[in-house]
Amino acid sequence: MLSHASSQEIPATVIRVEDLSCGYPGRSVLNNISFCVKAGEFVGLLGPNGSGKTTLLLALSGVVAIESGEIEIDGRSLSRLKHRERACRMAVVAQETEVRFPFSCAEVVRMGRYPHQKRWQMESPADSAAVQRALQLTDTEALADRLITAISGGEKQRVLAAKALAQDAPVLLLDEATSAMDIHRKLQIFRVLKSLNQEQGLTIIAVLHDINLAALFCERLMLLKDGRIAADGQTHAVMTSEVLKRVYETDVLVQEIAQTGKRQVIFLP
Amino acid sequence: MKEEAGKADSGWRADGSTRPQLSWMLKLPGYAPVAMCWLTAALLLVLTAFLTSGVGAFDTSYDVIWRLWLSPFHPQWAEGIDERVRYIVIHVRLARVCLALTVGGALALAGAVYQGVLLNPLADPFTLGVSTGAAFGAALHLLIGWGAGQFLGMSTLPVAAFTGALAALYLVYLLGRVDGRVHATTLVLAGIIVSTFLSAWIGLLKSLNEDSVSTIVFWVMGSLSAKGWLHVLLVLPYLTAGGAMILFYARELDLLTLGDVQAQHLGVNVQQVRFRLMLAASLVTAAAVSVSGVIGFVGLVVPHLVRLAIGPHHRRLLPAVLLAGALLVLLSDTVARSLLPSGQELPVGVVTAILGGPFFCYLMLHRKKYLQL
Repeated sequence: MLSHASSQEIPATVIRVEDLSCGYPGRSVLNNISFCVKAGEFVGLLGPNGSGKTTLLLALSGVVAIESGEIEIDGRSLSRLKHRERACRMAVVAQETEVRFPFSCAEVVRMGRYPHQKRWQMESPADSAAVQRALQLTDTEALADRLITAISGGEKQRVLAAKALAQDAPVLLLDEATSAMDIHRKLQIFRVLKSLNQEQGLTIIAVLHDINLAALFCERLMLLKDGRIAADGQTHAVMTSEVLKRVYETDVLVQEIAQTGKRQVIFLP
Repeated sequence: MKEEAGKADSGWRADGSTRPQLSWMLKLPGYAPVAMCWLTAALLLVLTAFLTSGVGAFDTSYDVIWRLWLSPFHPQWAEGIDERVRYIVIHVRLARVCLALTVGGALALAGAVYQGVLLNPLADPFTLGVSTGAAFGAALHLLIGWGAGQFLGMSTLPVAAFTGALAALYLVYLLGRVDGRVHATTLVLAGIIVSTFLSAWIGLLKSLNEDSVSTIVFWVMGSLSAKGWLHVLLVLPYLTAGGAMILFYARELDLLTLGDVQAQHLGVNVQQVRFRLMLAASLVTAAAVSVSGVIGFVGLVVPHLVRLAIGPHHRRLLPAVLLAGALLVLLSDTVARSLLPSGQELPVGVVTAILGGPFFCYLMLHRKKYLQL
């Protein structure tokens, strides 16, 4: 009885990274990184430019090849997963938002269903439901018939987020996914992500430049610097002026905001 | 069809931020819209083929053509028609019409694939040097003399063209790469350099072989004159194989247009799919070029035109491009063989370039944003 209860309390590890080194031809970016992410975590990945945040996400999603070490998704080695199997387990909102061909936004969101569809299959009811839900969650229903080439950068990011949500994967990786959005839209998307995280156990790893946004929504922060993990832990433990100064080489003030109980960074001139 | 769509779809905006859709057709359930499109396409093809069959130096009435076309099913309909007329209608005109359709469809299809895979609005078999590479391979093959080579009963000419096409594509790709990245303009620049260079070699090879100037013009400007059913049968297996491969990956082609990273995130095996698509497009191009020479502009203009009308969705775009390319080359070839009064023929590439050039200028001037240049 007791063991049953405790097994429910300990969530399974969905991502396990061990001794990972990788990079691009002639340039190594990540050096011997190890960490685990458990189901239902909301992790913020922070760090200065060039610290390896994007490379880490690309390695997790199989785009950048592993040099040494191991990545496991759901206990299975990433290199053994087929492309589609990986895409069913993990959706990514990439940093690159350029779409060259004039697809309508709804068509772009439907592309998120690709890993779930058989080759000659028409759109199933499950597909249309997932697409509809993704459009609702990101508040992009009004954009559905517009061409993706004719909307603004922030709108495009919302549509690409909808595409990733339509993918219906238990893990969601975001790489600067809200960088072009206004503050209202940013908060709106993150509130939606937070509710998916809490209600449906969606595991989220978000690369962010906005430390304050990360502090508002992420339970755990991972700070990268020069291709290594500089700090990793609960948000309130990591969000200290000492840690941030060490990582960003900038003097900052960290204060707890009474109304929200969250820490926020104040930058000094 | 376009006008109907504009009226029927209330969501259409004149500012170009949405596109007109054939909404009433697409809202039918299941495969009905697809079936309807194919039916319309088939009818349009047969009708155009029929009408263009009546054009030419030798005058035949449509009544005679109709009876001859149906004579395999109703032998008595062809009674009383001169054997000479029969030969011209079936073995000259109809064969040429079919060849024009296959060549046009192939070039346009290859163009759509190159544009999608390379994310390059200027890519097509001609600008990438693939067509000229294929023509060079075929010309060399004919010169060296294993021109009569047969393998399992099929001529090896398209294989030689395919080899030339791949070699040219590889060369263009190497030349067009700057710091490991392929840029749209450098790639096309490399393509045009390789293409011009190989055209010169075709000219030289043909001159050394004491061929007439007309055979050089055939390879460099394209022509469908003096071709028969044999040529249709020669290219059809390669076209079918390549075309099937391309249609097989239509959905992946949509995802590839989002860029490598996003396509991979969605579960596409990018390198494998891209390699196979490039191979298939080059095979299809080579097969077409080995019987028609280099016909420019079809692969460039047709995909753009169709994309403007029905959008970039490849499962719809590819069949439509196939059809539109086939029709364009058929009509161009009809003009090419009937424009000059004395019964002489123009190279069909001249007609496609005269038609396609101004259209592409229009695109460059008014749709720069769409072309993303």
